[in-house]
Amino acid sequence: MDSHDRTATTGHAQPDTTDTTLRVNGKPHTLAVDHRRVLLDLLREDLGLTGAKKGCDHGQCGACTVLVDGRRVNSCLLLAVTLDGAEVTTVEGLAGDGEDLHPLQRAFLDRDAFQCGYCTPGQLCSALGVLAEAAAGHPSHVTDPATPSGAPVPLTREEIRERLSGNLCRCGAYPRIADAVEDVM
Amino acid sequence: MTGTETVLGAATERREGREKVTGTARYAAEYTGPGRAHARPVPAAVARGRVTGVDAAPALALPGVLAVLTHENAPRLAQPDDPVLAVLQGPEVPHRGWPVALVVAETPEAARAGAAAVRVTCAAEPHDVTLTAGHPGSYVPEEANGGHPAVRERGDQDAAFAASEVRIDTEYRVPPLHNHPMEPHASTARWKGDRLTVRTSSQGTNAVRATLAQLFEVPEEGISVTAEHVGGGFGSKGTPRPDVVLAALAARHTGRTVTVAFPRRLLPSLVGHRAPTLHRLRLGAGRDGRLTCLGHEVATHTSRIKEFVEQAAVPARVMYAAPHSRTAHRVVRLDVPTPSWMRAPGEAPGMYALESAMDELATELGLDPVELRVRNEPAEEPDSGRPFSSRHLVECLREGARRFGWADRDPRPRSRAEGPLLVGTGVAAATYPVLVAPSTASAWALPDGGFVVRINATDIGTGARTVLAQVAADALGVPTERVRTEVGSSALPAASLAGGSSGTASWGWAVHEACVRLAERLATLPGPVPEDGIGAHADTTGEADAGSAYARHAFGAHFAEVTVDTVTGEVRARRLLGVYAAGRILNARTARSQFVGGMTMGLGMALTEDSHVDPAFGDFAESDLASYHVPAHADAVGIEAHWVAEEDAHLNPMGSKGIGEIGIVGTAAAIGNAVHHATGVRFRELPLTPDRVLTGLLAHETPAGTFGG
Amino acid sequence: MKPFAYVRAGSVEEATDAFAARPGARYLGGGTNLVDLMKLGVETPAALIDVTRLPLDGVEELPDGGLRVGATVRNSDLAAHPVVRDRYPALSQALLAGASGQLRNAATTGGNLLQRTRCPYFQDVTKPCNKREPGTGCGALEGVHRDHAVLGHSERCIATHPSDMAVALAALDARVELRGPEGARSVPAADFHRLPGTRPEKDTEIHPGELITSVLLPAATGGLPSRYRKARDRASYAFALASVAAVLHCGNGVVERVGLAFGGLAHRPWRARRAEDALIGAAPTAAAFEHAVDLELAAAEPLRDNAYKVPLARRLALDVLGRLAPAAQL
Repeated sequence: MDSHDRTATTGHAQPDTTDTTLRVNGKPHTLAVDHRRVLLDLLREDLGLTGAKKGCDHGQCGACTVLVDGRRVNSCLLLAVTLDGAEVTTVEGLAGDGEDLHPLQRAFLDRDAFQCGYCTPGQLCSALGVLAEAAAGHPSHVTDPATPSGAPVPLTREEIRERLSGNLCRCGAYPRIADAVEDVM
Repeated sequence: MTGTETVLGAATERREGREKVTGTARYAAEYTGPGRAHARPVPAAVARGRVTGVDAAPALALPGVLAVLTHENAPRLAQPDDPVLAVLQGPEVPHRGWPVALVVAETPEAARAGAAAVRVTCAAEPHDVTLTAGHPGSYVPEEANGGHPAVRERGDQDAAFAASEVRIDTEYRVPPLHNHPMEPHASTARWKGDRLTVRTSSQGTNAVRATLAQLFEVPEEGISVTAEHVGGGFGSKGTPRPDVVLAALAARHTGRTVTVAFPRRLLPSLVGHRAPTLHRLRLGAGRDGRLTCLGHEVATHTSRIKEFVEQAAVPARVMYAAPHSRTAHRVVRLDVPTPSWMRAPGEAPGMYALESAMDELATELGLDPVELRVRNEPAEEPDSGRPFSSRHLVECLREGARRFGWADRDPRPRSRAEGPLLVGTGVAAATYPVLVAPSTASAWALPDGGFVVRINATDIGTGARTVLAQVAADALGVPTERVRTEVGSSALPAASLAGGSSGTASWGWAVHEACVRLAERLATLPGPVPEDGIGAHADTTGEADAGSAYARHAFGAHFAEVTVDTVTGEVRARRLLGVYAAGRILNARTARSQFVGGMTMGLGMALTEDSHVDPAFGDFAESDLASYHVPAHADAVGIEAHWVAEEDAHLNPMGSKGIGEIGIVGTAAAIGNAVHHATGVRFRELPLTPDRVLTGLLAHETPAGTFGG
Repeated sequence: MKPFAYVRAGSVEEATDAFAARPGARYLGGGTNLVDLMKLGVETPAALIDVTRLPLDGVEELPDGGLRVGATVRNSDLAAHPVVRDRYPALSQALLAGASGQLRNAATTGGNLLQRTRCPYFQDVTKPCNKREPGTGCGALEGVHRDHAVLGHSERCIATHPSDMAVALAALDARVELRGPEGARSVPAADFHRLPGTRPEKDTEIHPGELITSVLLPAATGGLPSRYRKARDRASYAFALASVAAVLHCGNGVVERVGLAFGGLAHRPWRARRAEDALIGAAPTAAAFEHAVDLELAAAEPLRDNAYKVPLARRLALDVLGRLAPAAQL
């Protein structure tokens, strides 16, 4: 499939775009996406969903973490044009439509699992990914190699820490974040 | 005080928490109104020199690029007090990374492409970026940061040292360190005529407003600066930074709303860093462990354009009784980015060195390091001779030792192993001064029984909204839920910055006074509260900044347990315990988070955070978060913070000391001392990364110097 | 980032054709490194050929006992694959020692192999780098190079390859399967990456337009004891200062098969052939391991600031081999 090039590949008019449809927090959006636009900027600039944060823009901090088709990823490194048909869940979509928070959001409040809040949306989305991955039997660097394949991996404190290590927090809320994740297990 | 512990001191939940966990809290770059443009700086690619030409044409030819600002076409600014803000005003390049152009574009992508397309030519000059102890260009400044005299002497340090029974003469090195708050510095600016509206990521917007008024020569009243949510600062947002000036310049130049969000890689060069420090410690003591003299000399660097001297020898003026002392700073101007405040400036590197040297002294004496510190507890502040308003370091050490299980420790180095891991424990003391600044606040009673407190405090993650509501509720004698706080805008009563661990003390003082006055008005109010409410105002100028007859400092004790992997030299902290005496703790929940956060940054300083000024190119080699290793989740194991009850009537109406910084102060030394205990090897340069530790272990195992491993 | 065309390929042929038709094209996998480098201006493709939806996302058990891993299998899925965990544990361990959960969810097998060095001079377009811009010099030689190579480097380039996965593949005798204009071929994983020599701009032996279609794990190393270990500056989410992958099999009291590879030491995963040759037929003793590893590392030429890597690699290798030895004799 070739792209819908609005212009030639070079030149000084408009950047190349392709119509792309994604579902974000359950709602479909079709946009003419600048090929250079990453999912993070699409969320923040096109959809006004600024929950996912730009901490480094290079996959080195995790603040931009969202769930794409249920898997946690760094939205700063995903070109939006590649995501046609994808289902994206951001921090704004965790609580659903009602007033009730997602239990993990509630646990973050109860545990004071953040200070400045800038890494928090990424921590939340990442933690949800961790819970799903562990339930699906995905091992981590600290999983005992003798653990049977496919069986859910018990999330010890060490497992939680290792699996969340792609989400930096300069305020040092790490112990409280791990507490919060334990609360919802 | 009219309230009870159920209000002040309670573990009240953070008020902005819901916004932060739902992603609705907006930070400075997130005001995505229509027509907003994005600007990106072009950094200088020479360490020293002059811009000789800027060819903007290739950038301007790109789709979406609106303008390219350079020193030739950018709006003129008045001379700033802070030279780092004189951006795009002249051709001089004081350091690599200095902004030499700014590309304004419709989208972040276009701004990025534009910045890459601008052709800047520079005439490079030879540069010098390497700090050495005996650098020929170094000098003794008049003052170190914080207004401290660069040099203080009591008695005769040299003679006392020479005459001491036991001597420790040792050197330590702390590398440059970077604040790296998770939110990179960002500002959004918009002009309407001479009126300027700014959203910025700053620790204090009154200073931002005053600076913009001065630079753009417009009245302060016409400028609105808000910082509703700030994604961390740790000192790097304590003063206005070039992002806000660049945003205002670009907005003025283009007539658009412009956001400047600094790319992470530019932060090390543009927002300050903790300058590297070289320490020489000379401790003399008697066999009884009592210090006879304490010498702490510090060499550090600053930039060509601004003198900033990390006050690392200052804590030695506070800590221990020693009849003779010399504490001194030297600084050298190099072609480096300008250093600035980073969490516990002075205390963090200074106490690493002092507390490491104290550990060396304890080892030399065969004395327990807790006991050594207790023996040198001074009756008054050694440098000033003033009494302490309160000092409970010994209590912190004792309580920490109890909680940590220190009594069970085998003091012999390298006495504990678990397979290939060596295990050790260490202790260090911490101190941080009580700082407080004048602020203003207003308090309002509403007819519905609610109250509103208004003050331009900034919540950088400390929980200012919450704790100020507690202070107000306490003064008013009402439940905390009845008090709403408005912070984070220059439209509110002016207040000091969130820095120097002074925020809550300074703002709380003004809030307390305003609420006490309001309570008095309410007490004499004949009828119900009128529809418009009634208010009271407070200004603590003259009170908060009045001198004190007392030396006022917080203290703490840090304990660490580490493992050192003899295969790799990898050091991990297994337990970190901090016990603090910091006056009255106003919110147990948010205070604990701050202490633990400080300790976590101290863990990074000890083990993972390393930065080098590149001798060949002049910038920091570790410019991103993949190479500058702030601690990750997996590093943060077993971190606990506690405090001892401390009453101090010489502080502020709440009786509180600052808590934002002391957590970092003793952590690195405690970890370093634990590594010595584990290995028997004394490492004197941070961080304790595998390269250094393994090399040290090998030298220890094969003293002949063979490098077989 | 310069504007570029985007092509989503539906088949391998479509991908290679699209590549051939567009000068300056790059294949796009998970993008975790390519998009990063495009943002930095290091990579400036005229077109991206998205290969993530090709039918190369399966892991296939082969009749001979080997395993074929599709090029677009995500790193996290590969690490979790039961056969990989069971029969090629070093590969699973290496994958899990790299990057973060989020990155592993996006990164592909092929992309992991083709990721580029994290040398700071390579990543900064304002500095000289022979790999990025041949002939400009090597900034790291005089600059900061604690993380750089001690083996096989040249005066043109001292960068290291950052992959953990590739180190395990090298030790496990894996093969990289390619498809290009000239048809299909395969290359041993240990020879897939190059040493810099005079052409550091060329990371691998891949030909222009060739696409990695799969990685073949041979039956011969399947089920043998294998292990991966890395040393790093923080407890997680950091590149290797040095790492080791090893597979070991003994019989009749002597080493019958061994694969040993180092990461973080060279421009490519460093297959330690000299050490292996010394071990074959020797009793798997600590002394034999020391002798063999020292033989290999005798070739090391540390730079001003990275001499620590030699003893670090030595100790890692001895640790890994020592831990494998008991199981290897069962």
